[in-house]
Amino acid sequence: MALPVRKPTRVRPAAPVALLVLAGVGAAFFVIPLIGLMLRTPWAATWDQLRSPEVLAALRLSLLASFSATAIALVFGVPLAWTFARLTFPGRAVLRAVTVLPMVLPPVVGGVALLLAFGRRGLLGGWLATTFGIHLPFTTTGAIIAETFVAMPFLVITVEAGLRSMDTRFEDAARTLGASRWTVLWRVTLPLVRPSLAAGAVLCWARALGEFGATITFAGNFPGRTQTMPLAVYLALETNPDAAIVLSLVLLAVSLAVLIGLRDRWLGAS
Amino acid sequence: MRWRAVAALAVAALCSSCGTSAPASTSPSAVNGTITVFAASSLTAAYTAIGKDFEKAHPASVIKLSFGGSSTLVAQIQQGAIGDIFASADEPNMQKAVAAGLVAGSPSIFAHNRLEIVVGAGNPKQITGLSDLGHAGLIVVLCAPAVPCGHYAAQALQKAGVTVKAASQETDVKAVVSKVALGEADAGIVYVTDVKAAGAGVQGVEIPLGLNVVADYPVAILKDSQNAPLAKAFVSYLLGAGQPTLARYGFTGP
Repeated sequence: MALPVRKPTRVRPAAPVALLVLAGVGAAFFVIPLIGLMLRTPWAATWDQLRSPEVLAALRLSLLASFSATAIALVFGVPLAWTFARLTFPGRAVLRAVTVLPMVLPPVVGGVALLLAFGRRGLLGGWLATTFGIHLPFTTTGAIIAETFVAMPFLVITVEAGLRSMDTRFEDAARTLGASRWTVLWRVTLPLVRPSLAAGAVLCWARALGEFGATITFAGNFPGRTQTMPLAVYLALETNPDAAIVLSLVLLAVSLAVLIGLRDRWLGAS
Repeated sequence: MRWRAVAALAVAALCSSCGTSAPASTSPSAVNGTITVFAASSLTAAYTAIGKDFEKAHPASVIKLSFGGSSTLVAQIQQGAIGDIFASADEPNMQKAVAAGLVAGSPSIFAHNRLEIVVGAGNPKQITGLSDLGHAGLIVVLCAPAVPCGHYAAQALQKAGVTVKAASQETDVKAVVSKVALGEADAGIVYVTDVKAAGAGVQGVEIPLGLNVVADYPVAILKDSQNAPLAKAFVSYLLGAGQPTLARYGFTGP
């Protein structure tokens, strides 16, 4: 019963062969399409494609929009995650479900919903336009909003999971030692869930970077203004499949670099 | 191509009267089985109706319809999608299919489509023609130049000598209609058939023939067709008895 508590040492686990075979199939499922894409890449023309003003504009816009969306998601999503993890109030389950709805909603439907909220004839859109002169559809801000809408749930659920699984006794201890609520949050809670914050932010960013449906529906498609990389890829497929493949590879390279950088934090977070 | 169309039309007209009485081997009533038709998305409503009519006239046959952007459909057929007929919304995509050796015989034009300005119901901005689309303060959306409808819209605007600052270049024609229907855009340039299909939320402003662009819709039987007799019968039907249905959805005859 009373097993000695010791630090787990890193022992190579004995893997059942069947498990390895299944894992191999699982990995191949992701690796083979990537290889297919790379085999079709016109490497000779890649550099020229990359330097074309359209590609640069789309890449710049994609980075701007995805990082802005992640920043907005952090500002509003972390408080939301904290609320879901720490407070009980009537309707919490429903509100939580609504918050993560964009994860399962077809993004195009999300885009239409955004139009009905922030569009010219939307619930808030008319008021925004007449009071502040703010027009969101067909603007870069609109693209950022669309990406935030689709990507923020990934941050919220990741951070919420982190908050739920953390040891709340540290918070209690800090409070008994006289720390204010704000100090506890800032100096104890957030540092403890840092892996979840990082994982959530990266997931959110990656989802924002690949966002297509909501962006094209809510913000439209205009080079340099709302045409992000996925939109540029989609249009290039119609006319210039080679350019589409190169653009996809750029997107893949950028995301892969970030995801590899995150590595083990995924596991640590959940 | 035109002669083929006329010939097929004549055959279809003849057979529509002989269908039941003379069950010859070429009679459309002799066909049975299933075919799959790949059709441009602008044909969705019209082909759905024609498919039903055809099945009613030939109870032993089933017409399966698969709709998508013409260029997407070509790519799908090229990658091995199994089907019997391809109906494109423009010539270049049909030419791609022909050049790739996917088509048996030569394509026939079965319908034409024209452009129209789509505006909100009641035409709140009082748009009367292409020249109005250049006005500042008007939110105009067009199809992207890569998409056929965008290519055609650019031609029409050039003919009219109008420069339009589009708020967005949509990836397909339905997206333009929905932006106008939702009130986000004041106007767009789409096909006559899209305005008809969109219903009461929008209305069309005609573009005079001199400035308009006519889109040809070609149809062809695919080389890998598993049921050529039925495919042939359906194409004849499109060119003949199906024409009134196409007209009802805004297409003009070949």
